[in-house]
Amino acid sequence: MANLRDIRRRIKSVKNTAQITRAMQLVAAAKMKKAQDQALAGREYALRLTEVLFSIRNNFSQESHPLLERREGNRELVLVISTDKGLCGPINTNLARKIRLMTSADADFVTVGRKFRTMAEKMGRNLIADFTVKDPVPFAQTRPIAKFITQQFLDGNYDKVSIAFTSFINTLRQEPEVVTLLPIEGKDKSETRAFEAVGGGFSVEAHRNDPVRDYVFEPNPAEVLKAILPLYVNYEVFQAISEARASEHSARMVAMKAATDNAKKFIKELTLEYNKLRQGAITAELLEITTAMKAME
Amino acid sequence: MPLLLDIVTPEKKIFSGPVENVYLPGVDGELGILPSHIGLVTALQPGVLRYLHSGVTETLAIGSGFAEVTDTKVVVLTDSALGEAEIDEDTVEAAIQRAKEKLASVDHSLDAEEVAYLQGVIAKSTAALLFKRRGQ
Repeated sequence: MANLRDIRRRIKSVKNTAQITRAMQLVAAAKMKKAQDQALAGREYALRLTEVLFSIRNNFSQESHPLLERREGNRELVLVISTDKGLCGPINTNLARKIRLMTSADADFVTVGRKFRTMAEKMGRNLIADFTVKDPVPFAQTRPIAKFITQQFLDGNYDKVSIAFTSFINTLRQEPEVVTLLPIEGKDKSETRAFEAVGGGFSVEAHRNDPVRDYVFEPNPAEVLKAILPLYVNYEVFQAISEARASEHSARMVAMKAATDNAKKFIKELTLEYNKLRQGAITAELLEITTAMKAME
Repeated sequence: MPLLLDIVTPEKKIFSGPVENVYLPGVDGELGILPSHIGLVTALQPGVLRYLHSGVTETLAIGSGFAEVTDTKVVVLTDSALGEAEIDEDTVEAAIQRAKEKLASVDHSLDAEEVAYLQGVIAKSTAALLFKRRGQ
């Protein structure tokens, strides 16, 4: 059985751990609030943009704009939004599992966030670019990413570009998602965007049953498409990163809370055992003294 | 039949509700929208958006963006929408100044994205300033 000093040392070390995890929990909670607000505020815009594209879908054919063109090939590029730091629960491993399921085995990767970058290296997958974005993510920093993947698609290096991120549902739940970003499916868009499914799948569903309308375009259809499609890609990347960040901070908050609670429980158990041992020792000592006294009489 | 107007920016939903009419700053000039308008998708330029909501005309300075019009609703997607009270002349002027300085320092041939962004900021801020100062 462990002696008193060992237990005292363990209590001290667990207390230290609890202090650290508690501090991390508080920091994550503060960041979480901000990140969640950003992700939720952006959903409406992302959703409306998708809706506009969806309702004008029948006014365009695949030839109207290079970003709409569906190709035969199978080369896939995946933009993965993971976290920079660990200690945030299972969200990175869940994301990696989803990616293995949903993308082709020879897909190339573009990463945002250090965690998946190292994972991809370990898995021996081909990494063509890595971006770093600040936290909270500024819109301006997502433009180079969107531009890079758009360029890869337009140059014909890849036939399909997907984006993998962790969609924020609530503080306790985050879901990994893989969605197709390019080509933009102007017609017959069957898959729902992750944040639609979360925030407003209902309204897009309602929209889907609307009669197909003919639209007038100002100044002209080509100009409108030229402006709206890149904006859409940009915004989709931005929203995905916002969602991923909200998920990351939520997951970290929850993970750290669990760690703090566990540490506290552990301290309690150790203290109980410590007291038992201490009491045992005192009793033993008393017993020795009385036995000695009896023997002297 | 009322017209449903939604004004949405990446930060928040600015307005959502029935209106009698809407005037949008389209790239080819101002567009007046009444109920039962033909389906229309238009690019917007920074300028002033007006709408008549229960008898009162409201005005907002908006940035560039898009509007989708159908017979019963108008959806305005823009990067910013500010009411008169929200525009602070000094802040806006400072923003224009900053953007102009930055514009002078970036390489126009290399960083087209940045240039377009800064020009956007200047156009948007100027429109807000004009709006704030109208009638003065």
